[in-house]
Amino acid sequence: MTIRDFLMLDLPPLLAALMAGATCGLLGSFLVLRRESLVGDALSHAVLPGIVLAFAITGARSGLPMLVGAMAAGLLAVVLISVVQRAARLDPGAAIGAIFTTFFAIGLVLMETTGARSVDLDLDCVLFGQLETLVWAQAEGLHSLVDPVALEGLPRQLGLLAGVGLVVAVVVAALWRPLKLICFDPGYAAALGMPSRALEFGLALLVAAAAVAAFESVGSILVVAMLVCPAAALRLMTDRYGAQVLGGAALGAALGGVGYALAGPVPAALGLDISLNAAGVIGTLGGVMVAVAALVRAGVRRARVVTA
Amino acid sequence: MTIAPPLSVSHLTVAYGERPAVWDVTWNAPTGLTAIVGPNGAGKSTLLKATLGLVPALSGEVRFFGRPLEEVRDRIGYLPQRASVDWDFPATALDVVCMARYPRMRWWGPVPRRHRDAARAALAQVGMEGFAERQIGKLSGGQQQRVFLARALAQDADLVLMDEPFAAVDAATEQAIVTVLRDLVAKGRHVVAVHHDLGTVPDYFSSVLLINARVFASGPVGEAFTNANIGATYGARLALLDQANVRAAEARAS
Amino acid sequence: MIAYNTAVVLLGCALLGLAAGTVGTFSLLRGRALVADAVGHAALPGVAIAALIVATLGGDPRSLPPLLAGAATAGVLGVLAVQALARTGRIREDAAIAIVLSSFYALGVAILSWLQTQPGAAQAGLSKFILGQAAAMRAEDAVVAASVAGVCLLVCLVMFQRLRAVCFDPDFCRMQGLGVQKVDLLLLGLLVLVCVAGLQAVGLILVVALLVLPAATARLLTFRLPRMLAISAVIGAVCGAAGAWVSALRPEVPTGAAVVLALAAVFTVALLLAPERGLLAQVYTHLRRRLAADTEHFLRAAWEAQEIAGAGPGTAGDRWAPIGAVAAARGWRIGRARRLAFWLAQRGLVARADGNVHLTPRGAAAARRAVRAHRAVEHHLLAAGATDIASADRLADLVEHGLPPEMAARLLPEPSALPASPHQLGERRP
Repeated sequence: MTIRDFLMLDLPPLLAALMAGATCGLLGSFLVLRRESLVGDALSHAVLPGIVLAFAITGARSGLPMLVGAMAAGLLAVVLISVVQRAARLDPGAAIGAIFTTFFAIGLVLMETTGARSVDLDLDCVLFGQLETLVWAQAEGLHSLVDPVALEGLPRQLGLLAGVGLVVAVVVAALWRPLKLICFDPGYAAALGMPSRALEFGLALLVAAAAVAAFESVGSILVVAMLVCPAAALRLMTDRYGAQVLGGAALGAALGGVGYALAGPVPAALGLDISLNAAGVIGTLGGVMVAVAALVRAGVRRARVVTA
Repeated sequence: MTIAPPLSVSHLTVAYGERPAVWDVTWNAPTGLTAIVGPNGAGKSTLLKATLGLVPALSGEVRFFGRPLEEVRDRIGYLPQRASVDWDFPATALDVVCMARYPRMRWWGPVPRRHRDAARAALAQVGMEGFAERQIGKLSGGQQQRVFLARALAQDADLVLMDEPFAAVDAATEQAIVTVLRDLVAKGRHVVAVHHDLGTVPDYFSSVLLINARVFASGPVGEAFTNANIGATYGARLALLDQANVRAAEARAS
Repeated sequence: MIAYNTAVVLLGCALLGLAAGTVGTFSLLRGRALVADAVGHAALPGVAIAALIVATLGGDPRSLPPLLAGAATAGVLGVLAVQALARTGRIREDAAIAIVLSSFYALGVAILSWLQTQPGAAQAGLSKFILGQAAAMRAEDAVVAASVAGVCLLVCLVMFQRLRAVCFDPDFCRMQGLGVQKVDLLLLGLLVLVCVAGLQAVGLILVVALLVLPAATARLLTFRLPRMLAISAVIGAVCGAAGAWVSALRPEVPTGAAVVLALAAVFTVALLLAPERGLLAQVYTHLRRRLAADTEHFLRAAWEAQEIAGAGPGTAGDRWAPIGAVAAARGWRIGRARRLAFWLAQRGLVARADGNVHLTPRGAAAARRAVRAHRAVEHHLLAAGATDIASADRLADLVEHGLPPEMAARLLPEPSALPASPHQLGERRP
């Protein structure tokens, strides 16, 4: 494999996997700590109608309208979940199940009826992700990395991912302590005069944004794996808040990178004729990671009991 | 000029749905150590939470040191009812105590040294300095309560509102808490605590508020904490209110 | 004329909906609604591996029973994985469900992508399990799915008492030694079976809706379990068949989406219009209650305005009272008082002229009742030890509307008595 092949075929999906993993992993800890993992699940499904409508209206798959549409749909879903939960006196799980399936179904039907389904936005992308289709046709060699003309040819999904990732990172850093407080003790946060409600909505918006940015590369269902698996694995490994949140981002990036490598490049380098869906491998790896962490933790505890 | 009381409440009414919890309470908290006492469901915690704006009040006005809450928030400390937090949360005892100082710090970056020192001092005050780096889930119930007390102390407030500080703690912790409360008062601070154990009121507190939805008596323990007043608070229910509530509940259920 | 195949598929989907509505009701009440989501997603690798094995053994990879067996196995593994993760204590059930559904599904995606690169037809048509395609179902597939659903339904009916007891009060059942764990396992088993039966028609992503939405709708409509089960089952059956019907007419619409949208439409209607828990009903009740209170307050203020003007207790009701005085007594803005006066005039309780109101005989009687109730409460509160009169007045305002006549009679036994107000009448402190 030449440098040119790597830059052209492997670099864009690798970057996408790394950035999606890091962004989702960073936000995942907040969801897991607030016991809202399923809100992440719901948001990743619920953004679909927003994406499809934005696509149908603008007629092109451009980043910003889709982002706005997805965030609007996500916010609506979060509001409806709380309305349904209160009015119908359902437990949160049932309310989530009722709303996200409805949104996802609306998205699927819109896709068929608005003609949004096309080469660009198809079901396979929603269901399986399409990391493999990200290519950098203009790459000719290492010098392309500093060539503005060639860089413009990078897939635009990368730009969206980078932008969302940056915003998420800045917001998490700037609101570090308020976020910690509303995860740990929302009542005390209110007693100290922190804007709890606004922070909670802000968090939901960030998750929706991350879900839509990652959606294009890993599909809408595997976003959940990226959100929850790194954070859950770290819950089993650390008692430090900083390690939990920042580690989530690192572990998410690692998950994306390693998963992508295992799906295609590594077997190819070993001369094996196996090529798997990268998003599938990333998600599977996430589950394996949590399972291993759980087993190690159980093992350590047993060892402690035996020695004690 | 008279000095404004640490906490003054006038015509405060709070209801959950149609269930009255606090009715038209007008009360000036005296200086020193004050207990809010009353039977279960008498609205003690609700009163405390309503003064802090944690539950919405239907009507009434609350002043701290003669000023609205927003202006003096940094002078008010709060110890919630034995916190319903996630004890597995990745936070150490020191982390939790530092939270008290969050309103005085930037929202990002490391915790400045002086705030960290203040938090350590608060931990030392409750005898928990040796557990600063311990994850909160790995402390005993009494130790956890002391950490939360330290958090209220670390707010360095002139008035500390406490919701059942003695609920479900061991005898040693109870004594430690009492010592801390007396220290606070000795330094000219004030404490208002919801309290459930009638037997210890005269030992621990200087003033008392007897409440069962509305105020039954208030004043220095020697004057207000009489058998007659206690009997009235615990025995005499507003039968009418109860029946109206039952009726409203029936109307909702049918 | 409906083709035989279509008819069988429609019937199959209806029976499936019936079973899902029933099992879904129990799982909703037991707080297990989203376990079905994990089970559904977890089925994908099971289906893929089963197809691979069948193809390797030389069988027909499209034959349904082995695929469903694979899905059921994977579904059970998924449930076990959720429980194992939750048992760590560190990972809550919500996170466990999210982990299991996403990673099992991912495994399925990876296997599918590998199958596609392999020679042979093992992967053919497997992706229809993801979103469901009732149109592609053959009659014998529908019969298989329907029999699984039928078995679930039967078990539910046989075990009804036990399931109800556990859903209603698990702690009591545990104390009675009723084997809560066994019943829970049974419920999970039924959940897996229904999910699996629904795979081909509704698809694994949306099958959870079939279990949640009918039950949630029924919960809005009734408080009684047998009725809730019946409503949920009927909604499930009708929407299941409707979805399959749409799919037969327009094969490009995923059946799962059609079923979910039908269910969601019913749910939305129920959410808005349900007689008691519906949003409109709640708003209506609230407004009606407020209007009733306002009416009593207005009439009482009009009565008292006349007392202030010199009418003795019990004789007021034959003078004109300025609307402005009523507004001032209640602390209302004048516009609100005028609107109320208009409304009361429509109901024949007052007459209006030149910004004044006059109580009609009916209005005077109602006003007298309101005044009596209010003062009865006030005097009672004062007797019971209320500290100050102003607070008794305000307290009485809040409770008097819930006061039954017999209690008013008990508080003021003298039937004709209308006591004087314990406090100064007139303008109200804001």
